[in-house]
Amino acid sequence: MYRLTGVTKRYSRGKETVEALRGVDLTIEDGDQLVIQGPTGGGKSTLLQMIGGLDRPTEGSVELDGVDLAKISEARLTRLRAEKIGIIFQSFNLIPTLTAQENVETALVPLGVKPAERRERAAEALRSVGLGERLTHAPAELSGGQQQRVAIARALVKKPKVLLADEPTGNLDESMRDEIMALLEGLWHEYGLTFILVTHDSSIARRAPRLATIKAGQLTLTEQSLAQG
Amino acid sequence: MFGIYLKRELGRRKKAALVIALGLALGIALVITVNSVSAGMTQAQDKVLKSLYGLGTDMTVTKARSAPTSGSSGRPNFQFDANSNDSDDTQSSDRVMTQGGQALASSVVTKVSQQSGVASAVGALTLNVTKVDGSFTQGKAQSSGGNTGNGGQGGPGGGSSGSTAAPQVQGGGANFDVNSYSVAGVDVTDQTLGPLAGSKITTGKTFTAAQTDAKVAVVSKAYAKENSLKVGGTLKISGTKYTIIGIATPDSSESTTDVYLPLKQAQTLADAKNQVTTIYVKASDSKQIDSVKSAIQKNISGTTVTTSADLAETVSGSLSTASNLATSVGKWLSIAVLVAAFLVAALLTSSAVSRRVREFGTLKALGWPSRRVTRQVVGESIVNGLLGGALGIGLGLAAAYAVTMISPKLTAQLGNTGGGGGAGGPGGGGPGQQATQNTMEIALTAPVSMTTIALAVGLAVTGGLIAGAMGGWRASRMRPADALRSVS
Repeated sequence: MYRLTGVTKRYSRGKETVEALRGVDLTIEDGDQLVIQGPTGGGKSTLLQMIGGLDRPTEGSVELDGVDLAKISEARLTRLRAEKIGIIFQSFNLIPTLTAQENVETALVPLGVKPAERRERAAEALRSVGLGERLTHAPAELSGGQQQRVAIARALVKKPKVLLADEPTGNLDESMRDEIMALLEGLWHEYGLTFILVTHDSSIARRAPRLATIKAGQLTLTEQSLAQG
Repeated sequence: MFGIYLKRELGRRKKAALVIALGLALGIALVITVNSVSAGMTQAQDKVLKSLYGLGTDMTVTKARSAPTSGSSGRPNFQFDANSNDSDDTQSSDRVMTQGGQALASSVVTKVSQQSGVASAVGALTLNVTKVDGSFTQGKAQSSGGNTGNGGQGGPGGGSSGSTAAPQVQGGGANFDVNSYSVAGVDVTDQTLGPLAGSKITTGKTFTAAQTDAKVAVVSKAYAKENSLKVGGTLKISGTKYTIIGIATPDSSESTTDVYLPLKQAQTLADAKNQVTTIYVKASDSKQIDSVKSAIQKNISGTTVTTSADLAETVSGSLSTASNLATSVGKWLSIAVLVAAFLVAALLTSSAVSRRVREFGTLKALGWPSRRVTRQVVGESIVNGLLGGALGIGLGLAAAYAVTMISPKLTAQLGNTGGGGGAGGPGGGGPGQQATQNTMEIALTAPVSMTTIALAVGLAVTGGLIAGAMGGWRASRMRPADALRSVS
């Protein structure tokens, strides 16, 4: 379970200080899905970075299962990311020189999984996202949708507790967007993940049970139980 | 994953990898070339010194020639008869003089050999033989009045004086050939040191220990060829005939000695009984040469002790110039190119890391520790360095091979003003206090030792590590959040 308390993040831009998050309080139960929406520069990605342990808040605490991500050591935070958090990026962020299977394997490297098991698990993850025939393809040989599927397989191969997605359909066309969203929601249900999604897309936001809208660093939470279905 | 990732990344950035590798290769090739040429210079200098000293000699002991006493010019003096009759008989006169400083008593050899740190010492007598042979032709006295009288003897300068009626001497003259060569008196009981040690007997045989006073000679190959001398033939020096028993070929390109005789024979020729001009010394430990030198100078007054290092300082000519260039300009040029190559490699690696912000940020976001990302960058840099090292070794070997193949000729002038009291090598100090120099021509080679190769590999790894450290440092500073911020 996530518990964010009074999370504030300030950045210095020259002499100016920008407050990206202002005292954000948020609780996310295990297995929940939360969509974060808001205008560009509103603080969506900053909030996702705090939740994903990619950055630390200036003030406040970000607790995951009782562990404050703001206070633990860098090594422990890195380990926690490796074990519990899967991340999907808007630009897929695949390593261009590695094959689809090798890209998925990169998520298992910090966990010390043996090469043979790593290859097997990566292949299985790719099969689960419908890319069983594309194991040896380089990212450049795959379509945008296929690349995002590889990224999803990479995020899920380690069986994380939390799945974070930063604009996962931002670089895809409408049909591909629906396909990817259907896949993510299916996997959320299947694996019982805590799924936190940042999006601009109102049609996606409307389908989420909980919607967090963030403007000028301040968060407003909306329960959308009726939106499901 | 480390190997696969590394291989793929290097494959993707072939051009950048090649630029880094070539930069390092250039620096490493230069280091190998300069090192091997320097080694070649050292070998050439050793050859020069060995040809004068002989193999195994660590130092020589000589005595500076004193200023000539009044009434003695110290120059060679030849006497020829003015024949009374009309004869054109050939006359010959040999002038034998000691060379290389003032003579030392043979007892000094024993004294030197008894010094602490001296393994062995042998004496040698170096002589310079000037042979003048030829004949006079009498001039004819002719009277101006047409009468031919019996004119007095007149040499070429003979003229007339007195009344106009006196007869004038016409014609006549002299035809003399001057031949100068060097003779070394060798201690036949120990030939491992001394003038013959730097040569090999290629025809015939060398002296036996029993030939301490035998009328036998060994001649140098060049002298034998010049004078058509053969083993079994004879050589006449100052009226004494010597049987040639061997032809000696110097290990280096040139020797300063033409004829070798048993020491006693040389002493008899020069009228220098129990005297030597040079004592060849071998130290028991090459690290103690300086202390042995000090001990000899302290305990045997008036002697000049010259070590290889002292003699090396007197080497001049193109060998010396080239050697200085290799050790000064070459060394600094190599360092400058290496530093530039390291800098370029570091900057290119750092720049490459900057272009991979999203890649490394993503890996960190996936949970890769900084040290693993750094290791990846350093690994790539070291492979680049090794690639540069391999290229550099190839280039360096090719350059060293080219130098050896071309074998540029260098001249070494070794010697000093004799008799003045300075350091005097065995070849130093000629008769009459004239400046003498031994000029030798040496072919330069560029030997590449395993140490040089090891140095090259070390430099390649160092270059890779420096570049990797720079790139790795940048990579380690990247935050995983950068993966989200950097959108292509």
